[in-house]
Amino acid sequence: MTVIFYVPRDSGALALGADKVARFLQAEIDTRNLDARIVRNGSRGMYWLEPMVEVDTPNGRIAYGPVKASDVAALLDNGMAEGGVHPLWLGLTDHHPFLAKQTRLTFARCGITDPVSLEDYRAHDGLKGLENALKLTPAEIVAQVTESGLRGRGGAGFPTGIKWKTVLETTGSQKYIVCNADEGDSGTFADRMIMEGDPFVLIEGMTIAGIAVGATKGYIYTRSEYPHAIAVMNEALQIAREGGVLGPSVLGSAYAFDIEVRVGAGAYVCGEETALLESLEGRRGIVRAKPPLPAHKGLFGKPTVINNVISLASVPVILDKGAPFYKDFGMGRSRGTIPLQIAGNVKYGGLFEAAFGLTLGEIVDDIGGGTATGRPVKAVQVGGPLGAYFPRELFDTPFDYEAFAAKDGLIGHAGLVVFDDSVDMLKQARFAMEFCAIESCGKCTPCRIGSTRGVEVVDRLSANIEPDKQIEVLTDLCNTMKFGSLCALGGFTPYPVMSALTHFPEDFRPAPIAVAAE
Amino acid sequence: MQSASTDIASRAIGIIDQLKGKEGPLLPILHELQDEFGYVPPETLPLIAQALNISRAEVHGVFTFYHDYRDHPAGRHVLKLCRAEACQSMGGDALADRARQLLGIDWHGTTADGAVTLEPVYCLGLCACAPAAMLDDEVIGRLDAEQLEEIAAEVRL
Repeated sequence: MTVIFYVPRDSGALALGADKVARFLQAEIDTRNLDARIVRNGSRGMYWLEPMVEVDTPNGRIAYGPVKASDVAALLDNGMAEGGVHPLWLGLTDHHPFLAKQTRLTFARCGITDPVSLEDYRAHDGLKGLENALKLTPAEIVAQVTESGLRGRGGAGFPTGIKWKTVLETTGSQKYIVCNADEGDSGTFADRMIMEGDPFVLIEGMTIAGIAVGATKGYIYTRSEYPHAIAVMNEALQIAREGGVLGPSVLGSAYAFDIEVRVGAGAYVCGEETALLESLEGRRGIVRAKPPLPAHKGLFGKPTVINNVISLASVPVILDKGAPFYKDFGMGRSRGTIPLQIAGNVKYGGLFEAAFGLTLGEIVDDIGGGTATGRPVKAVQVGGPLGAYFPRELFDTPFDYEAFAAKDGLIGHAGLVVFDDSVDMLKQARFAMEFCAIESCGKCTPCRIGSTRGVEVVDRLSANIEPDKQIEVLTDLCNTMKFGSLCALGGFTPYPVMSALTHFPEDFRPAPIAVAAE
Repeated sequence: MQSASTDIASRAIGIIDQLKGKEGPLLPILHELQDEFGYVPPETLPLIAQALNISRAEVHGVFTFYHDYRDHPAGRHVLKLCRAEACQSMGGDALADRARQLLGIDWHGTTADGAVTLEPVYCLGLCACAPAAMLDDEVIGRLDAEQLEEIAAEVRL
């Protein structure tokens, strides 16, 4: 019986040496003449254990990690092929508390299957959603997605089903499905993990979307910073074409659908949907005024569904298990699961998919285990560079679109960046303004000019020049940017700035230089 | 014998012709040109404009809008250091300062010997193993000062 080892090809694992581990393992297999092969899987999302090597045993998969190339020989000496014990032995992967506590719906296969094996995908419930969709009318598919309560996972939280319905009901000689895989928010990597670890689920979700709204062409717009995701995605697309999932007849049906990967060129603002469409059309990534909505006039002026990777990758499970199944998870108007990305200065960083409703404290302290440096947590930025900094006092906030909005924050793409007490919040506020200035598309004044003025005001504040006045100007400037900007870049930059100022006022008041008493 | 500029033009025209039939071909063309030459030679911009029937200004605008495209060759290696929040939380700023010091260049600069170009990058999606970097096509997680020194020495070999 051939032993199967798993060594991830996920970028995070590669960044920690997975390729070298795989090379050493293969060399040992050859030298020892073992009947074994290596599968390059996605990541399970436990990055403090990467590179995490697994082996299939009759009792299930056993994990070892973090494995260095120099550990490989000793692991095999200790019987890794049979799941033998070694200091790096982690036991049954599925029983690891970080995984056992999760509800993996969107990420059900990520890290388990070979990302570029369509047989593996089918064997793990892949394509069931698409097969079900093919038995329904387009309107019925849209109704299922609406009923599931799925909302845009890119950050805006707009109901996916409503968007699809608009495109379905709009006539057009050509319609498009555009997948927004321009995952530029710091602290987020869920899109990358899906593209590298389970690309077929995205292909399936986009194909279902195409059938539902009458689109025959899909684009995945992703980042040049994600070379591995691009490579895996392109490989999977070719396999999907050869396997009859994509092409003139989707799974033998009368529907045609195909997908192409397009790569951005290092512009953060292209994650904004209308700037993304401009970029896809071959122009500068300048934000469009809305209306018209992309659903009416999107890519090349045609009706277009534009959804985030995770929104689209959540569709197959909804069509497979039904809208009520998905809707059963979550709280309030946030239904289903959300892949939390726990990052930054955190002990157990990684991807944790769970139903909405965990509190920020549970996520950071219990799941994330506090900081990696062992110092107290001072702030957590939730939702990327445009998200608010949360202090410990707000750790009871449940992870839910509305609950975060009520605390002047946003969940965004569900990335959480943890900072310890060495962080200077004035510096972080400055960075938010600086980042906005670097990445502004330049179309609207509040964002283009406001961000540069913002950096200047914060600099004066840190130089302790009339601090009261600067705080007043900064607050006023944030108000102008929030309400006067065309898109979320200028509109949301005030979130990190104002949350830093509101929750950490001490960092904005440098201690006055002590005047010696005469 | 062909002059260097005619050679660039003919290779560029080959790339443009191959891609101009795509929907929205401009970014794919610019990417391919940069892959081919290591930068987008300025003399190719008018060729693109002509082939796509758009103005030179339009092509120039797109070329200069995106951070990725270069108008001159980079060093033999390109080191990208992530400057975004998750990497900041793990000491990325200090590493970035150290990198500039070790290489003796600022952001977007290339060492005098042409060995390496230093670029800032805003997120590589390696936020759970920060600080992150990319050396050419190789991704690097949990970068530390020691590793950075090794890289700085290696790229100059």
